[in-house]
Amino acid sequence: MVNTPQSNRELRSKLGRVRGMGSTREGVHHWWAQRMSAVALLPLSLWFVYSLITLTGSDYASFHAWMSEFGNAVFTVLLLVAMFHHAQLGLTVVIEDYVHSELWKMGMLLVVKYGSVLFAASGIFAVLKISLAG
Amino acid sequence: MVEFALPKNSKVMRGKTHKAAAGAKRIKRFKIYRYDPDLGENPRLDTYEVDVDRCGPMVLDALIKIKNEMDSTLTFRRSCREGVCGSCAFNIDGVNTLACTKPIRSIRGDVKIYPLPHMPVIKDLVPDLSVPYAQYASIEPWLKTDTPAPTSERLQSVEERRQLDGMWECILCFCCQTSCPSYWWNGDRYLGPAILLQAYRWIADTRDEAKGERLDNVDDPFRLYRCHTIMNCTNTCPKHLNPGKAIAEIKTLLLQRR
Repeated sequence: MVNTPQSNRELRSKLGRVRGMGSTREGVHHWWAQRMSAVALLPLSLWFVYSLITLTGSDYASFHAWMSEFGNAVFTVLLLVAMFHHAQLGLTVVIEDYVHSELWKMGMLLVVKYGSVLFAASGIFAVLKISLAG
Repeated sequence: MVEFALPKNSKVMRGKTHKAAAGAKRIKRFKIYRYDPDLGENPRLDTYEVDVDRCGPMVLDALIKIKNEMDSTLTFRRSCREGVCGSCAFNIDGVNTLACTKPIRSIRGDVKIYPLPHMPVIKDLVPDLSVPYAQYASIEPWLKTDTPAPTSERLQSVEERRQLDGMWECILCFCCQTSCPSYWWNGDRYLGPAILLQAYRWIADTRDEAKGERLDNVDDPFRLYRCHTIMNCTNTCPKHLNPGKAIAEIKTLLLQRR
């Protein structure tokens, strides 16, 4: 836009342009969800890293036993949900910031949303399969 | 997509050098962005050698001296020359600030002066600010009330009045607005730090009766939530105000009213 006199030739008033289609009145939800998932991720990530360290070098049987414990399975599922929800919220903001072609933006947002659901679902299914398998 | 490189017609070329008058003892070199849309040429960086012994202390003094004595074609905005009108905001030495309150002494080496970043340039140091002005109009910066006007002033307690401190001082120079990367990328939809500080100035005014309507107006992923607390706004403000904090206050209020 810099130094292009053409950009000044739009005849719609600047105020009309700025007002556009109006406020969506739904910005706060996304913003708050991002903060809430971040707060949830703090203890969950610390717990997960701590667990991984204590499990270092253990065989499949002991990992299986660890995962079969109710609390460990639940927390792992919660970690997956919070993590992919948070990642999806954050990537959405990045795409909205930088991708200005409507088509590309829509496409990339779909990939991010569907991808995060796919990865979260796969992770949760894996946890259930390991922890519930006799 | 975001433009990470300048378009071809915006590449800044090397410009002319204007020598100081003979006999000058202390010379400061001012490198100033020049662009004239009528010439059809790329912008260029002209160098002016200013005799600082025959010049006032501020960057604006040097600009006025250059225009008066060296090159009358140099174009820039200025008015009050004491930091209350907000006209002479430029990117000086890499930071957006007011030329009239920026001492030449405080700059090491050559003084580089560019127009406020990422705005269309009308000529030289004069940016087209019509979009930020329209954004300012869009937040309806006037008192809105349904209570009939009293016969005297609408009163505020000392405490109520204090809530406007840090906002009434804003002179709308747009140093913060044009320092914000989020505003660079999405200036058509993001209101930007200067306008959001003004929006909060009216949201926080206890005499105003349209708080909810004002909050509705900014509750938008682009209008408000493009702020990613980069804080360039607060760092660059020549009046030492804190637009970042004003934006955080709006976000808090939006959360509180849910």
